[in-house]
Amino acid sequence: MADKNGFFDLSKTGLTSKTALTRRTALKGLAAGAGLAVAPGFVRYSQAQSSAPIKIGFQSHRTGIGAAYGRWYEKTTAAAVKAINAAGGINGRQVEVIIEDDGTDPGRGAEVVGKFATQHKTDIVFGTLFSHVVIGSAPAAGENKMPYFVVSEGHHVASTKLNRYVFQPGITDVKSQIQSMAPWIAANAGKKVTQIFPDFAFGYDHRDYLPPALKAQGAEVIAQIAIPPTESSFTKYFPQIPAETDVIYHVMVGPAVLTFVKELGEFYGSNRPQLFGFIDSLEATDINSPGLEFLDGSHFWEGSPRYAQADDSEAQKAYRAAVGIDDNGAAVGDPKDVSTAAHMFGCWETLYVVKKAMEDAGYKGPEDRAKLVEATEALTAFAEGPEHPQGPKTFNGKIHQCFGIQNISKVEGGKLKVVHKTKIEDGLYEAEGDYTTQAL
Amino acid sequence: MHFGPHLLLAALEGLVTSAVLALTALGLSLVFGVMRVVNVAHGEFFMLGAVLAWAITTAIGGHPALGFLAALVIAPLIVGAIALVAERLVLRRLNYNPEATIVATIGMLYIIQQLALTFYGPEARPVEPPFSYRILLPWFGYSGYKLSVIAASALLLIATWLVLTRTRIGLIMRATQYDSETAQAFGIPVGRVYGGVFALGAMLAAIAAVLIVPISQAHYLMGQDPLLLSFIVVIIGGLGSLRGTVVAAVLIGLSDGIISMFFSPTLAKIIATLLVAMVLVFRPQGLFGTASR
Repeated sequence: MADKNGFFDLSKTGLTSKTALTRRTALKGLAAGAGLAVAPGFVRYSQAQSSAPIKIGFQSHRTGIGAAYGRWYEKTTAAAVKAINAAGGINGRQVEVIIEDDGTDPGRGAEVVGKFATQHKTDIVFGTLFSHVVIGSAPAAGENKMPYFVVSEGHHVASTKLNRYVFQPGITDVKSQIQSMAPWIAANAGKKVTQIFPDFAFGYDHRDYLPPALKAQGAEVIAQIAIPPTESSFTKYFPQIPAETDVIYHVMVGPAVLTFVKELGEFYGSNRPQLFGFIDSLEATDINSPGLEFLDGSHFWEGSPRYAQADDSEAQKAYRAAVGIDDNGAAVGDPKDVSTAAHMFGCWETLYVVKKAMEDAGYKGPEDRAKLVEATEALTAFAEGPEHPQGPKTFNGKIHQCFGIQNISKVEGGKLKVVHKTKIEDGLYEAEGDYTTQAL
Repeated sequence: MHFGPHLLLAALEGLVTSAVLALTALGLSLVFGVMRVVNVAHGEFFMLGAVLAWAITTAIGGHPALGFLAALVIAPLIVGAIALVAERLVLRRLNYNPEATIVATIGMLYIIQQLALTFYGPEARPVEPPFSYRILLPWFGYSGYKLSVIAASALLLIATWLVLTRTRIGLIMRATQYDSETAQAFGIPVGRVYGGVFALGAMLAAIAAVLIVPISQAHYLMGQDPLLLSFIVVIIGGLGSLRGTVVAAVLIGLSDGIISMFFSPTLAKIIATLLVAMVLVFRPQGLFGTASR
């Protein structure tokens, strides 16, 4: 390289003389490192396995397009762990959460799982929402024989296409959600449906399972519009919506969801077809943001209701207080910080499932991971209560997936009011495979 | 929707893209034209503009137009100041060496991006448009604000052109671009011109970002797309040519709008990239660029 100006000449910068390692500093550093390794804190638990905390590796969307979810998943997880620890922990041991950022990226996700297995040596890995991250991370969990509990909502776990170490016991999957809500959509919203969905795994679940579910109810999907999850402008997609559409079924994710709904409003105004959306299109976004007035009267799916409802159970109230969200689903003290209430309850419930399974398995440490997998597979139902505030659930150990109720909410006076709750049976389907036949 | 209105909507969307792109790319083009510095951190100045616009509108409150106007003035100034500091502390010390400045601006890209992540956070935050008038056409509605972005961008481009061609400052900048050594010999403070141009380039990106942020939201990763598109525009238009930049921005913006509406957004990106390859093969100096002297 032509370096006539001397950019790469270290002698000019004084770097070589001032900061070069001397033998003395190197020795000092080595001594300090060795001292740290034998320091009392470092080996605190080595002789007493039973008193060491249970380490849960939390794969979080701290950055990237899932950041809003990551932040609220962390808050919910912290609240659940606090409650579990206050009640004596798991098997008498405290729970410690170690957080690593997956950047909402499948490659990073797999690295993070590997890091938990080899570096942090956590007991399990827990977390993440975005389906492409889960799908990307699952093989790493399988290779490391690391139980991997996800709160992802996609159908990928229940499809039995991942592996025996991946579980989704705290939130229902898209296929079940769609199947249980299709009758309501066909009966109340309209028969000709246009779908708008993100162009990746989670969106494909919607693309693949909505048409048959609606067909069974005498309705049909007349157009399907896939939008890349990193897209920042949406108006250009709207002309693809056929004029005869009765219902626009929308589910969007990522940082631009507000733009998506706003531009939909600008495009149609008050003269719009019926709207049925997954709250994902507005998760962590205030539904009273300027430009969203046209949503009044439209309907949303919610896993757990964002707004406090008149008939909320005591468990639901206690859960909301513990996580720190007010009656509008925003952070207590900051009404602009809207939560991802429809999904994050899954973190709370999943941690209680982990607690139950670890207690059933008599879990002691990483050598019992296989026992933990079997104990989780043996679970069948979770009763509604403080541990499962969203509602009762059943669990299918063969496909590692829970089934529960869905909420359909209507936008009324700037709030989301639950107008219909599905039953657990509405969302049950034939298992597509069986994880328990795989070797551990 | 029929073909006519469909095309109209596509053209409108394309023009909004062009308007923002023209401003952003012009900044990149100026910096390269005058300083011969390929500023890889340009997209981050764009992002900074949007993030600062959010901060300023939130701090001011009151009527959205008030905060927006304040952001339109203050955000570019702050971004310009940051760019000036970066130019003094980094680029000048590298003597504007082409290879070294590329590496340095890549470093600046990451530093600015990570600082935004640290202090602003990973969320996408909305900025309210100064007015929310919805133009009702017989076939569809369209945001009045988006149309005003096109107008504002056109005015700013004309203003930049006037400054470059009709004022003393513009004359000095052009002289420096034409031959910096001779300019220096005639008493032009080339160092200060460089600092000013780098700040101006960043400010143009910041203004574009403030204009676009009420439409799409402020997010710490939002600088990547504009950077890529600006490079495409600048390569097609010819580095350092104002006219080429504007023509290429309109071309790319409109084709992006129309192709992505009638076919697919991915195809639009493919065609834009193909166009760059064709231009590089058959007319390396760009459509309006002049061959190197």
